[in-house]
Amino acid sequence: MGVGIEVTNLNAWYGTNHTLQDINLNIPANHATALIGPSGCGKSTFVRCLNRMHETNPIARVTGTVRIGEIDIYNDAKPVEIRRRVGMVFQRPNPFPTMSIYDNVASGLKLNGFSNRRALDEIVERSLKNSALWDEVKEDLKSKSGASLSGGQQQRLCIARALAVDPEVLLMDEPASALDPVSTSKIEDLIFQLKSQYTIVIVTHNMQQAARVAEKTGFFLNGRMVEFDSTHKIFTNPSDKRTEDYITGRFG
Amino acid sequence: MTRIRFQQSLDQLKENLLVMAGLAEQAIQRAIEAYRVRDLSICDLVSRSEVAINRLERDIDQSALDLLAMEQPMAIDLRFILSVIKINADLERVGDSAKSISERVRNMEQMAAVPDLPVDIPRMATLSAEMVRKSLQSFIEADPELARAVLMMDDAVDTMNRAAYKALTKVMEEQGHIAPQALNALMICRALERVADHATNIAEDVIFWIEGSDVRHHKSMMAQKKAAEAAG
Repeated sequence: MGVGIEVTNLNAWYGTNHTLQDINLNIPANHATALIGPSGCGKSTFVRCLNRMHETNPIARVTGTVRIGEIDIYNDAKPVEIRRRVGMVFQRPNPFPTMSIYDNVASGLKLNGFSNRRALDEIVERSLKNSALWDEVKEDLKSKSGASLSGGQQQRLCIARALAVDPEVLLMDEPASALDPVSTSKIEDLIFQLKSQYTIVIVTHNMQQAARVAEKTGFFLNGRMVEFDSTHKIFTNPSDKRTEDYITGRFG
Repeated sequence: MTRIRFQQSLDQLKENLLVMAGLAEQAIQRAIEAYRVRDLSICDLVSRSEVAINRLERDIDQSALDLLAMEQPMAIDLRFILSVIKINADLERVGDSAKSISERVRNMEQMAAVPDLPVDIPRMATLSAEMVRKSLQSFIEADPELARAVLMMDDAVDTMNRAAYKALTKVMEEQGHIAPQALNALMICRALERVADHATNIAEDVIFWIEGSDVRHHKSMMAQKKAAEAAG
């Protein structure tokens, strides 16, 4: 099951560039939360702070608190453990090209020393079913590579890979922006199904997508969280003029 | 400023709705004037304006539909287009009410003149027309306070309509020989009351457009709440 995320006074830097400034918000468990805003506003940096990926850049720095469930991720756990609990899907699907479909999904577990063959088979099947890819690949699990799939299938494979390690949170950074409308629709349907089991945070430039899949939406601008509210409120009657100007296309 | 073409399309939509508003307001004023001076040539003008109103209603709906489909508007732009669609429908019905009044005037002209019926149609007409004028003014000026003032006027028209119903049905019961004239007057009152309702709808849509708040049926919901509280 998903857990809530509590962010308090989060600040992030790339060198001297203060990319996130005093972010405070509570992301509800088992919901999809969308983050919108113009390019460079800090929304991708924000999600990278939620699984400690931001700090992998040597010039990056973070202050503040992020609690995922009961765990303060910057003080109570190692980055590797956090990334197991917080899965991530990127803009461009990135399956391991030389691995089979099966091994792509199983890779995270194998990396953690998981070797029970039967249990592994079950997890791979369940993960592929949960990512709505099973029916399309079940005959070719070990004979085809991840790279042989279409772009939309590769993205669902990456989601299956993220699900296989049983995360509580799924971060998605523009997961459908490189996909055609049919594949996009499948990813959106998938997000809709997955949010009952996981807490999902999705960064998107597609406002209709945010409106379709998320219950909560946050608007970022110049490194700050301008407004965080129900998606319905943000897209029909936002409280802040800057949010309204952005979503009505008056800037950005 | 981006989306310049979209903004121009919204401006054009507003302009077209104002043309529609002008036609509908003119139609109701003409219908009232036709009643006041019993001039059938004015009734002809009302009938002719209905054709233009109907055509414009379709054009505005199509433009609004195109903008919804092509531009996927959000927030205040979305509320504006939804409000335009609804105001457009109300204006078309104001035109229908004007036509209905002018038809009653024609009908009355074919009957013997009747000494004063116990109903003040000119006063009711003035109030209804004022509500239409103010609701459209609130749209032009994007003024939710003016729109709220329109909502406050509706009770007076409703009260006059109820009084007219009571008085005119009594005439029909007691003075059968002038029942047709009383029926015409009653139907004019009913049309004016509908005009006031359409003005109320327009005012509610202006408030929704500007503030995003849905104030429809507010009075009846408050009344229900009060009744429930009183019932314990």
